[in-house]
Amino acid sequence: MDRFVYLTFDGLSRGAVYAAFALALVLIWRAARIVNFAQGAMAVAAVYVAYSVTDATGSYWLGFVAAIVFGLLLGVAVEKTVMRFVDHSSPLNGVVVALGLVLIVQGVLGILFGNEYRPIETPFRRDAFEVGGIALLSRYDVFVFAAVGAVVVALTLLFTRTAVGLRMRAAAFAPDVSRLLGVPVGGMLTLGWALAAAVGSLAGMLVVPTELGLHPTAMDVVFVSAFTAAVVGGLDSPIGAVTGGLVVGLLLSYVSGYLGATVAPMAVLFLLVAVLLGRPGGLFSHSKARLA
Amino acid sequence: MTDLREKSVAPVVPEKVGRKRRIPPAVAILLGAALILILTYTLPPFRNYQLATVGAYFTVTAGLTVLTGLNGQLSLGHGALMATGAYTFALTQNRWLSMPLSVLAAIVVTTLAGVVIGLAAARLRGPYLAGLTLAVAVVVPSVTSTFDTTFNSDMGLSIALDPPPGTIPMERWQAWLCWAGALVTAFLLATLTRGRFGRDIRAVRDDETAARLAGVHVARTQVLAFVVSAACAGLAGALFAVLAQSVSPGAFPLTLSLFLVMAIVIGGLGRLVGALLGALLLVLLPALAQTAGERSGSQHLEGNLALVIFGVVLVVVMLAAPGGLASIRFTLRRK
Repeated sequence: MDRFVYLTFDGLSRGAVYAAFALALVLIWRAARIVNFAQGAMAVAAVYVAYSVTDATGSYWLGFVAAIVFGLLLGVAVEKTVMRFVDHSSPLNGVVVALGLVLIVQGVLGILFGNEYRPIETPFRRDAFEVGGIALLSRYDVFVFAAVGAVVVALTLLFTRTAVGLRMRAAAFAPDVSRLLGVPVGGMLTLGWALAAAVGSLAGMLVVPTELGLHPTAMDVVFVSAFTAAVVGGLDSPIGAVTGGLVVGLLLSYVSGYLGATVAPMAVLFLLVAVLLGRPGGLFSHSKARLA
Repeated sequence: MTDLREKSVAPVVPEKVGRKRRIPPAVAILLGAALILILTYTLPPFRNYQLATVGAYFTVTAGLTVLTGLNGQLSLGHGALMATGAYTFALTQNRWLSMPLSVLAAIVVTTLAGVVIGLAAARLRGPYLAGLTLAVAVVVPSVTSTFDTTFNSDMGLSIALDPPPGTIPMERWQAWLCWAGALVTAFLLATLTRGRFGRDIRAVRDDETAARLAGVHVARTQVLAFVVSAACAGLAGALFAVLAQSVSPGAFPLTLSLFLVMAIVIGGLGRLVGALLGALLLVLLPALAQTAGERSGSQHLEGNLALVIFGVVLVVVMLAAPGGLASIRFTLRRK
């Protein structure tokens, strides 16, 4: 029972990170109808920036801010220089271009930093508090929940309460009409990519210390988990992405805890297959109108 | 967004319809076989080994280009399918020491795996299919570690190969084996895609509804395309096992699957010649990048420079000429 409780909290903490990452995928999907397969690689690049800044200055938080800012800029750069020019006549094109970006980012990181795993430190201790003899949460878990919660609240407010958020939704939903009404559609698209890349960088910052360490391919498996989370919730639904993230996090935690860590990727694959075959639109899909 | 630049919608693959004179597949294959034979007797051993690697790559890219180019299904899981073939080959070979039997087993097992994935794939489109096959590609190390009594975890298995017959050097023997596999595959695929099967998979790619109205069984066609391509990947996996004389999960990383996609895109999707060109580049570019890395004296550059080059090539080709390098020539000629 103790173990179950511990695994549940651990799963929720992992799930929060997957939720953030899935949210980044959903943001781009809603804005541009592209699943950004380069998200993982871009996030790793941001974590490397944080690593370098922390190394040079000795401050984790400077590195943290640097990663988020770098994420924003990388998002803008990718959209402005590459993704904007993708021919959308076939849905394959966007995917293939993103895969090309994965190769470029991983190659550049390998050239700059080498291909060995680097341990990366956390700002808070990772040993859990005990309540009545049961290990529950670590300080780091609390930090993860707070960070992801803040992002979710901020994005919700942005999209539902501000003029910019309204314009972004309008630009994604009806680009032609929006343009006639004076919305800078291209600018909104760039903003969407920047936000998504920043959220992805945050997720990278949170997840890398809990895995093997920093490596150009560190996010490959995380990406698959986050993609699964996004698909579980439906690629169109931010609430779905958060829920999906928590579901995947719990599943991974239970499977790793009871069956062994090596089984976890297989569990994700099974979940993905089950959801795609059972409810391809995701559990929270309600958009029949916008398919392409 | 899509509507910013209304392009005249050209088909992704420039298809040569009608009366262009083409060399019949059988002739091309025989010429290829003769060329390979000559090359294997003139090249030094290491070049023979590289030549063999090209053949093994060609076996899988040929199958993948039929799947992705002609049927529109993007698979990032072919690296995993190759791993399936390679491991099956290794286990069968170490048990019964019969290469034909092992190759056959590799093809059969991988084909079965292809049926399973293909059945799921037939219900998925675009990014969903890519995501699912990506998950398959990532799962390989997990499988080998979980069932480590069979697969021996990250260490992999070494393979007891039969020695080449007579006094043939190992590298030449490997080149013959790989190119025999590649040319047979290419011949079968060329014949297959010229017939009814080829028309069906193209029809499904272009317009599923129209294909269904014309009496094409869409789901069956898609599964069949995946299975054919998986069989090629299985054979290629076995050939890679013959080349390395060992198998390990490290030989089939996600990057391999991405490389395969790059290889078929660069030469023009859906064209066997493009797949051959791509296979050639998969061997040549890393070799060149390695030379450049050694010359610059930087260890970091060696493997990674090839990644960057492949990535840049992939992005540039996709943006500038989605039909691949071959299509550039095509449009120039038409002007």
